[in-house]
Amino acid sequence: MKSLAELQAIKDKMKDKVVLREGSGDVRIVVGMATCGIAAGARPVLNTFVEEVNKGGLSHKVTVSQTGCIGICQFEPVVEVYEAGKEKVTYVKMTAEKAKEVVEKHIKGGNVVSEYTIANRKA
Amino acid sequence: MIRSQVLICGGTGCTSSGSKSIQKAFEENIKANGLEDEIKLVQTGCFGLCALGPVVIIYPDGTFYSRVTVDDVKEIVEEHLLKGRVVERLVYNDTGVDTKDIIENVSLGDTAFYKSQNRVVLRNCGVIDPENIDEYIAMDGYQALGKVLTEMTPEDVIKCVTDSGLRGRGGGGFPTGRKWSLCAPNKAPQKYVVCNADEGDPGAFMDRSVLEGDPHCVIEAMAIAGYAIGATKGYVYVRAEYPIAVARLQIAINQAREYGLLGKDIFGSGFDFDLYIRLGAGAFVCGEETALMTSIEGNRGEPRPRPPYPAVKGLYNSPTVENNVETFANIPQIILKGADWFASMGTEKSKGTKVFALGGKIKHTGLVEIPMGTTLRHIIEDIGGGIPNGKKFKAAQTGGPSGGCIPASLIDTEVDYDNLTAIGCMMGSGGLIVMDEDNCMVDMAKFFLEFTVDESCGKCTPCRVGTKRLLEMLDKITKGKGTLEDIDKLEELCMYIKQNSLCGLGQTAPNPVLATLKFFRDEYIAHVVDKKCPAGVCKDLLTFTIDKDKCIGCGMCAKNCPASTIHKTDYVAEGHKLPSYEIDPDKCVKCGVCMSNCKFKAISKI
Repeated sequence: MKSLAELQAIKDKMKDKVVLREGSGDVRIVVGMATCGIAAGARPVLNTFVEEVNKGGLSHKVTVSQTGCIGICQFEPVVEVYEAGKEKVTYVKMTAEKAKEVVEKHIKGGNVVSEYTIANRKA
Repeated sequence: MIRSQVLICGGTGCTSSGSKSIQKAFEENIKANGLEDEIKLVQTGCFGLCALGPVVIIYPDGTFYSRVTVDDVKEIVEEHLLKGRVVERLVYNDTGVDTKDIIENVSLGDTAFYKSQNRVVLRNCGVIDPENIDEYIAMDGYQALGKVLTEMTPEDVIKCVTDSGLRGRGGGGFPTGRKWSLCAPNKAPQKYVVCNADEGDPGAFMDRSVLEGDPHCVIEAMAIAGYAIGATKGYVYVRAEYPIAVARLQIAINQAREYGLLGKDIFGSGFDFDLYIRLGAGAFVCGEETALMTSIEGNRGEPRPRPPYPAVKGLYNSPTVENNVETFANIPQIILKGADWFASMGTEKSKGTKVFALGGKIKHTGLVEIPMGTTLRHIIEDIGGGIPNGKKFKAAQTGGPSGGCIPASLIDTEVDYDNLTAIGCMMGSGGLIVMDEDNCMVDMAKFFLEFTVDESCGKCTPCRVGTKRLLEMLDKITKGKGTLEDIDKLEELCMYIKQNSLCGLGQTAPNPVLATLKFFRDEYIAHVVDKKCPAGVCKDLLTFTIDKDKCIGCGMCAKNCPASTIHKTDYVAEGHKLPSYEIDPDKCVKCGVCMSNCKFKAISKI
């Protein structure tokens, strides 16, 4: 190691890999991964969220995790987004494409993609 | 893409309770479910809650599973990792509230065990993979060395350490900055930095845990010390009984060399430093700094008189700085966060935190790191979870064979160097053995004296012969053959050994006797005058008897007695069908097997 820059490069490269262990970030994306969710295709949705969050360099503030059955099996895959101080947003009938859009518009842009939310379904 | 990480404790405690096979089971189950690309397994160092091992933590949720067995792994993988359902029955819950609530709302840091802890030395233990230098670097590793070599002069470094108020964590509590400043001006062709990892106190294992969980921080700190005092070579003297620590330290040294963080011209600063491991064979005296250096030189581990102090003439007669593992582990953080940050923790004369190894009669056996000045009550009752089985706290032993004990009446003592010294105790390396009403204090003193008699190197007479005589006197007392005069003689001999021994081992060896005499003299008197052991420990002073009216005559005691001393009598108690049993006191070996086998509580010891 001949310079501090080299050390910093390794730190930056590794930071994303250990940041998971610092606990929950400000934003939590929770994917319903019970049998119904998995059957409806929740796995690619979960993996897309993980990839997009990492790609976007958001892993320090966004935690992607999974949960069991949320109870609305007809709307699976279901994804919930929790943000401190804001109301929970529930997205339903998700796909990998929709997940990308949610990361782009909601997580990065701050605008809820209302056409995919459960509120929209009920209406 | 990794979405979840499974951290498995690879410390010595969890390894011996089977964490290696759990790790293997995780590997197999993760593969069987096709999750290899999504889940990462990480072997870490000690989490601290050794009593609940093996411990597994799953991130990002931060779910803390305790007492995991190989059979549980399939369920954790299929339920938690695949379906996102936490396996409730394995979740650590010390709060008494609903486990569901814990999973959703309580983070690990909020549990009673972790809440009051302040992890500076242990900050990476249980968080990073100790065998991966990149993970240490991700946690600001080697940033302090970089800062020191590129921005600070050796004088700046020593000033920073001095201002922080850091004192030696090996037991003595000598100010670290002063130690370094005494060595720095001494000119010599070769100077040395030595790390004392010869943790010999029975019950202490914080140094082992640091080396196992975060070996790079010790390496980084030693390089910083080398720069501060002008040394280019360092030795870590670690006991051979710590195979995991030795292996991980060697891996870490190799990785640091590969990255050029040890070796020539580190960070292009022109500073050279390299590090070597020396294995100790487990002699207690080698934890004494001069004996340790003699041992590194390849000689029999015997102490030598000081002065000259190691700062002037140490290893190979060259100026040497010798610090303990835990002391070193504080250094990188002090450099990065500043002396003021460190000095803001702790008490007036004892700054920072201290790691304690909790052991004995306490619920949460394990490793805790707390700010200096925390009361003993808080450590035992809150963090340690109290005494199991509803027993009463009697005393806490600190400082191992060199230390004393803190009785229940002083449980509100704020634990720091000076408060402990003031009550005739000592911080020591941080072993804290909790004793309840079932512990005999004379027997405890005898236990430590047996240890020092074994471990005395034999070089000086007061220690070699004196400790042996002390042990004989204690033995006489526990056998009920002591007199009041013996207690006075005991005290006199203790003072003589303290004043005349060559090194710390002998000078502190009488401490367990003196401390118990000070706080529990009544127990000594009970042994010599009443010929009774109040705690019911000293076998020669006990008699086991069967209450013939309570005995229903089942014969379980007689059946299990290894010495065949229990026989049927002719007496049949009222309301019973079978005759009761009795113990022949002349033949009884006082093992207590009969008592533990009696379901009717008919047997008592007095």
